[in-house]
Amino acid sequence: MGFKNYILVCGGTGCESSRSDQIYHSLIDEAQNQGVADQVQVIKTGCFGFCEQGPIVKILPEDSFYVQVKPEDAKELIAEHVVKGREVTRLLYNKAPRKAYEEVEDIKFYQKQMRIVLRNCGSIDPENIDEYIAAGGYKAIEKVLFEMTPDDVINELKTAGLRGRGGAGFPTWMKWNFTKVAEGDEKYVVCNADEGDPGAYMDRSTLEGDPHSVLEAMTICGRTIGAHHGYIYIRAEYPLAIHRLEVAMKQAREYGLLGKDILGSGFDYDIEIRLGAGAFVCGEETALLQSIEGHRGMPQPRPPFPANKGLWGKPTVINNVETWANIPEIIVKGGSWFASIGTEDSHGTKVFALTGKICNSGLVEVPMGTTLREIVYDIGGGIAHGKKFKAVQTGGPSGGVITEENLDTPIDFGGLQKIGSMMGSGGMIVMDEDDCIVDVAKFYLNFTVDESCGKCAPCRIGGKSLCNILEKITQGKGEESDITQIHQIAKAMQIGSLCALGQTAPNPVLSSLRYFPKEYEAHIHDKKCPSGKCKKLISYEINPSKCIGCTACSRKCPVGAISGEVKKPHKINGNVCIKCGVCKDTCKFGAIEIH
Amino acid sequence: MAQSIFSDELNAYLAEWKDKPGNLIMILHRVQEEFGYVSREAADEVSRQLGIPLATIWGVLTFYHFFKLNKPGKYNIQVCLGTACYLKGGDIIIDELGKELGLTVGGLTEDGKFSLEAVRCVGCCGLAPVMTISGEVFGKVTKNQIAGILDKFA
Repeated sequence: MGFKNYILVCGGTGCESSRSDQIYHSLIDEAQNQGVADQVQVIKTGCFGFCEQGPIVKILPEDSFYVQVKPEDAKELIAEHVVKGREVTRLLYNKAPRKAYEEVEDIKFYQKQMRIVLRNCGSIDPENIDEYIAAGGYKAIEKVLFEMTPDDVINELKTAGLRGRGGAGFPTWMKWNFTKVAEGDEKYVVCNADEGDPGAYMDRSTLEGDPHSVLEAMTICGRTIGAHHGYIYIRAEYPLAIHRLEVAMKQAREYGLLGKDILGSGFDYDIEIRLGAGAFVCGEETALLQSIEGHRGMPQPRPPFPANKGLWGKPTVINNVETWANIPEIIVKGGSWFASIGTEDSHGTKVFALTGKICNSGLVEVPMGTTLREIVYDIGGGIAHGKKFKAVQTGGPSGGVITEENLDTPIDFGGLQKIGSMMGSGGMIVMDEDDCIVDVAKFYLNFTVDESCGKCAPCRIGGKSLCNILEKITQGKGEESDITQIHQIAKAMQIGSLCALGQTAPNPVLSSLRYFPKEYEAHIHDKKCPSGKCKKLISYEINPSKCIGCTACSRKCPVGAISGEVKKPHKINGNVCIKCGVCKDTCKFGAIEIH
Repeated sequence: MAQSIFSDELNAYLAEWKDKPGNLIMILHRVQEEFGYVSREAADEVSRQLGIPLATIWGVLTFYHFFKLNKPGKYNIQVCLGTACYLKGGDIIIDELGKELGLTVGGLTEDGKFSLEAVRCVGCCGLAPVMTISGEVFGKVTKNQIAGILDKFA
């Protein structure tokens, strides 16, 4: 018998930290208390993507989309929606009554999205294999085992034109084919789930919301290349994703979908989890393999490529989570279906973690070819707090900034490269007028310096030198020659570094120099930070026409830099001021200005 | 023979993983789970049981950010400095916590109660800026909320 209502509660990390677990249990308890436990099924799902509005609860079949729900709301949701069949309007996204069965897609955030990778996130219980199967899961592995030859699989991927979603965009079918034809008594399949880009959480959400899709894809690969063992290398910082993977693997073994003689085909295959330990460089494939082997994660020279000499010296396929999640869908629906989506250069969709100074932070999946403007304004709802758009950064510490003039660039691997950025793994960070571009470049450089493994000199020394120059500029000690020197060091790093971390580390500096030369000049020549972020380059001043002389600021100032008589405009002594900003926070009249 | 400083469960885990290739990082994770950090003594014990030189173990421990070599406070405070949190003022939160507790990043209060750590992306970018105290997540934190949040752990 079916249930009258299905209640989907988001169980992604974002919503869980806003007590969605408590909401889940309260809903079950309330259904029990109000005697409707047999009419509703409460399901904890993966990420809905609309993290800004979390925690999210969706009730079917009406498709009611409840946002910012609190555990205390459970009673009303059950009493009103389930028992009386009336929506709780105050919790709906639009806060207004709507026609019954109105689609969730009417919410602007979802309109331009297309969910292939995230197809099951937010609609199935990731800890229940039956739900994955009911949604069409494990059909692809059946097809691969009983109807397709390994060459068929590779041809299907070739037709699909799937390119690696970790950032580099290498054709997946080629990787598989190289490994398939490589000589070796043993071969391995590896899933790269070491999502290290700060500000990106696509892979984590995919694993939390739909772990079986990755397991199924890795099994398909094993069958295709002739491997019997897979490894998932995942960050230890993702406990929920690890837990859901463990549950999924256990269930898959019970169902004969992992282990010996899968589905009676005679094919043996199993998967193991290996934990990362917080090293960004381990996203690089050779470093990742070193780490699985238990060593320091130092990149190795290529060739030999992992396809020939990978894990423990054996031929190995390494793909990232998002790439894997596409594969079962491609096998079931066909390569030409996938190829029909996107642009000529890049097929399919891409998932982005849209964050920063944007109204609707969240996880979005769009067809390749969607423009940045559509993502920032239509899906993201524009810049928060009525501020002005400044730039959007893609590709994390390896990428670059994109400005207003390039917002209409269709997103694909080639398009982003042309404008000086890159696809990267999918971090998309929006900046507004308050963000200092030099400071942001310094932030990324600090990150790569911190994460450099130290093996080769151009990266180790070059990164540190670039960082020092940027530090100098933000301190107001910049000189004319600094810009030339940045270009020289950057070039040395690009040419001389062994792995992509060092080669791409200068990108955030170079691209911000390219698009915001005036901002660098303001720091260097005028010793001013136009956005007011660099403390050494700003001064706090009191606007005498707004100051009423309440003395609140002078009492709060920790160094006694503010003086003046009661009820008369005060003054800040710039020589004493430490620019802590307490006065500005304290003033109720907006009299304290940054210059 | 001196008694092992490891619990029976931990020793069992070591025995299970002893002969698996690439076991070192997994074992160090398990050690840190038990003690909250990996002490010199614990590293010695792992070295002895696995027959891996201490220098190799120390090399791995110091390479990866996740491994802690010092005992964290009763409440470990992690402030996210991923890009989204940084843009939304993660550094201001660190400064404020530092002032309240008299700590710098990586430090421990004298009473051993709080330790302060800067981390890369806890994965709740929609809630930026984010901090966690012993696993409890606080999102959209402002400077003025810090004292109140710390009081909860007094």
